[in-house]
Amino acid sequence: MVAHLLRLKLTLLRNGFRRSPWQLVGLAIAGLYALGLVGTLVVALVLLRTADPALVQTAVVLGGSAAVLGWAVVPVVASATDMTLDPARFTSFAIPMKQMLAGLALGGLIGVPGLATTLVALATVVTWSRGVLPVLGALAGAVLGVLTCVVVAKVVTTATASLASSRRFRDISAVAFMVPLVLLGPIIAGVGQGISNSTAFLPDLARALSWTPLGAPWALAGDLHAGESGPAALKLLVSCAAIAVLAWCWKLLLERALVTPPYAGTGKRKGSRLGLLGLLPAVPAGAVMARSLTYWFRDPRYSGSLVVIPLLPVVLVFQGAQTGDYFSLAFLAPISAFIIAWSISADVSYDNTAFALHLATGVSGVADRLGRALACLAFALPVVVVFAVGYSGFTGDWTGLPGQLGLSLGILFTGLGLASVVSARYTVAVPLPGDSPFKKPPGNVGQTLAVQFGGMLVLLVLVLPEAALVIAQLVTGNGLFGWINLVAGPALGLVLFVAGVRLGGKWLDARGPELLAQVAVNR
Amino acid sequence: MRGLAKRFGEKIAVDGISLDVPPGSFFGIVGPNGAGKTTTLFMATGLLRPDFGTALVHGIDVWAEPLAAKKLMGILPDGVKLFDRLTGEQLITYAGLLRGMDRDVVASRVGELLDAMDLARDAGTLVVDYSAGMTKKIALATALIHAPRLLVLDEPFEAVDPVSAANIRSILDSYVASGGTVIVSSHVMDLVQRMCDHVAVVAGGRLLAAGTIDEVRAGASLEDRFVQLVGGRSRTEGLEWLRTF
Ligand SMILES: Nc1ncnc2c1ncn2[C@@H]1O[C@H](COP(=O)(O)OP(=O)(O)O)[C@@H](O)[C@H]1O
Ligand SMILES: [Mg+2]
Repeated sequence: MVAHLLRLKLTLLRNGFRRSPWQLVGLAIAGLYALGLVGTLVVALVLLRTADPALVQTAVVLGGSAAVLGWAVVPVVASATDMTLDPARFTSFAIPMKQMLAGLALGGLIGVPGLATTLVALATVVTWSRGVLPVLGALAGAVLGVLTCVVVAKVVTTATASLASSRRFRDISAVAFMVPLVLLGPIIAGVGQGISNSTAFLPDLARALSWTPLGAPWALAGDLHAGESGPAALKLLVSCAAIAVLAWCWKLLLERALVTPPYAGTGKRKGSRLGLLGLLPAVPAGAVMARSLTYWFRDPRYSGSLVVIPLLPVVLVFQGAQTGDYFSLAFLAPISAFIIAWSISADVSYDNTAFALHLATGVSGVADRLGRALACLAFALPVVVVFAVGYSGFTGDWTGLPGQLGLSLGILFTGLGLASVVSARYTVAVPLPGDSPFKKPPGNVGQTLAVQFGGMLVLLVLVLPEAALVIAQLVTGNGLFGWINLVAGPALGLVLFVAGVRLGGKWLDARGPELLAQVAVNR
Repeated sequence: MRGLAKRFGEKIAVDGISLDVPPGSFFGIVGPNGAGKTTTLFMATGLLRPDFGTALVHGIDVWAEPLAAKKLMGILPDGVKLFDRLTGEQLITYAGLLRGMDRDVVASRVGELLDAMDLARDAGTLVVDYSAGMTKKIALATALIHAPRLLVLDEPFEAVDPVSAANIRSILDSYVASGGTVIVSSHVMDLVQRMCDHVAVVAGGRLLAAGTIDEVRAGASLEDRFVQLVGGRSRTEGLEWLRTF
């Protein structure tokens, strides 16, 4: 039975590749990235073989604890752990619980994160090959540590799965998790500062962690090497007990999950309200705009990127406060303009097969393009203007404002035009409708990267005039360039915007069915 | 439809189907799962470009003049998602506005459609929270909003409860009585026999028979005739172990 579950997992993986060779490319990229990381870590661990034992102990325990913590947290944040072996799918098969647990746990190791963790954990055996006892300790520690990682991930996913199956909870949490994720940089920087302020901090932290289930397995070898077999035995006990308790929790949760069907949330609005559809002009482009705007607020895949926007200045200000140099804040408005404009370059991919409605109603390509672009513009324009003006207010230097505005608006309009063309021609891998914005999207990661980078390069070329004007103003200090930019940027951008909507609309009219077939591959 | 054909990679999903649907008929397309019904209807309605062949609606070539043809057609495609973050009412309204209809006309028709589909109480619920049957019904409503002359419905009764199915059938019956044409696909013979006046049998991407119900069934029941045409009913013996409990 355990072998069955493992084989099922492998078959699912292989069939995934059969559907699209691009998926193989995606896995290869993820694999290469992981390989680089794993390679570095393994080499480091091998080199640590000759280092000071106390230092090695600190490094291994901290690294190991971080790994366990990662396995516990990432699934919640990302819901990215694939649910191909989701226990709910086995409800109708009577699989003995013990075998199911073993099968699911081992199945969790198949895949890039599982293999990477295992390899790095095993490398600690080399690090501690300084005697028989440390080697045995490291081996036992690696096995226990990896087991802890897998089981803790399973406990967390199973515990949150029933909660996560309520749509409302998923929607809100997906958007809410965006906040700590964006603020990760400042948070890490703050912790880093704390660490550098006290040199004894890390060894102390490691020592404390080594008595918790997080660090205990990783501390075995070091303790044995130092001749402290008593603490080592206790830590072995801690680790084994923790795994037993976690496995027991998991079993309970799984039993409950198997008999409770996923709860489907219902949110009902009273009365009949059309929202934006009743407000905006009753023409096809207006309807598309209303629908898109509704999605920006209601679909977590869109609103997730919406909440990031107000956080951007927070991150940049924080960064500036640390370095005492607020120069990067100058990029706030142009970068925001770029991010927002470019976000509609995957619009049809986000629609997925719901795009069939546009095709079936025969809405003109230009109306489709224009509606989506205007929806984006409706909030992008105020945001960009506020950011640009805000920057000048912050620095108290108003001479740069016209140039800033010219550049930012130029990028915004040009970006929207280009994105209108791109999304009419290419599909990219995005989370499916109803999925969490963090979920690993199905399908061609390779093409996605190619389209995104290619598009950005083109955009860079298209906004060269505005950029050149900004540089000219910086070099000469002549404010006239800024005023030229303020006129030329939006003007040039608008021309490209109209051209982009036109061209995108023409392509959409010509290739709508092909586009639908492309998005239908990932459903 | 004239010689419609489509292949996906190695697999030939539809292998040259030519079919005449008389105006004003209630036309059923039946076939086993994977017969190519959905693929055929996608190609006939302009959603999937055929490798060969074309389709005409009231003399208008779907692939030469897609806009004119789509004005005449209401489509309920099978297996596509909806814009399900809209409420039911918003979704039907959206379909109407996309077709360039007047806001007041759309509003009054939306109200009537919601009543007819028995969805008035859930008009303000997001479609993502609908049941499968409700989703089918709301999709059907989006196909009806512009009063098309031809309705193409792919598996319209899947997961729909009997009361709603009866309502929908009476809507479709009066639609046909007033001159509209309906094409439905289904794998439920009984339903097709009761509902339709014409039928086509499709299997393995080919057309096996077509005509009025009486012509096709040739005295037998449609279900028996279907099994006879499609074949593959060899499994009456075997599976003895199933009786060994
Ligand atoms: N996008 C696709 N890619 C590959 N094969 C497909 C695709 N769509 C349909 N097929 C195949 O074409 C055949 C006909 O499918 P379909 O038209 O959906 O049948 P039906 O609707 O009659 O059940 C099936 O064998 C199916 O596997
Ligand atoms: Mg079908």
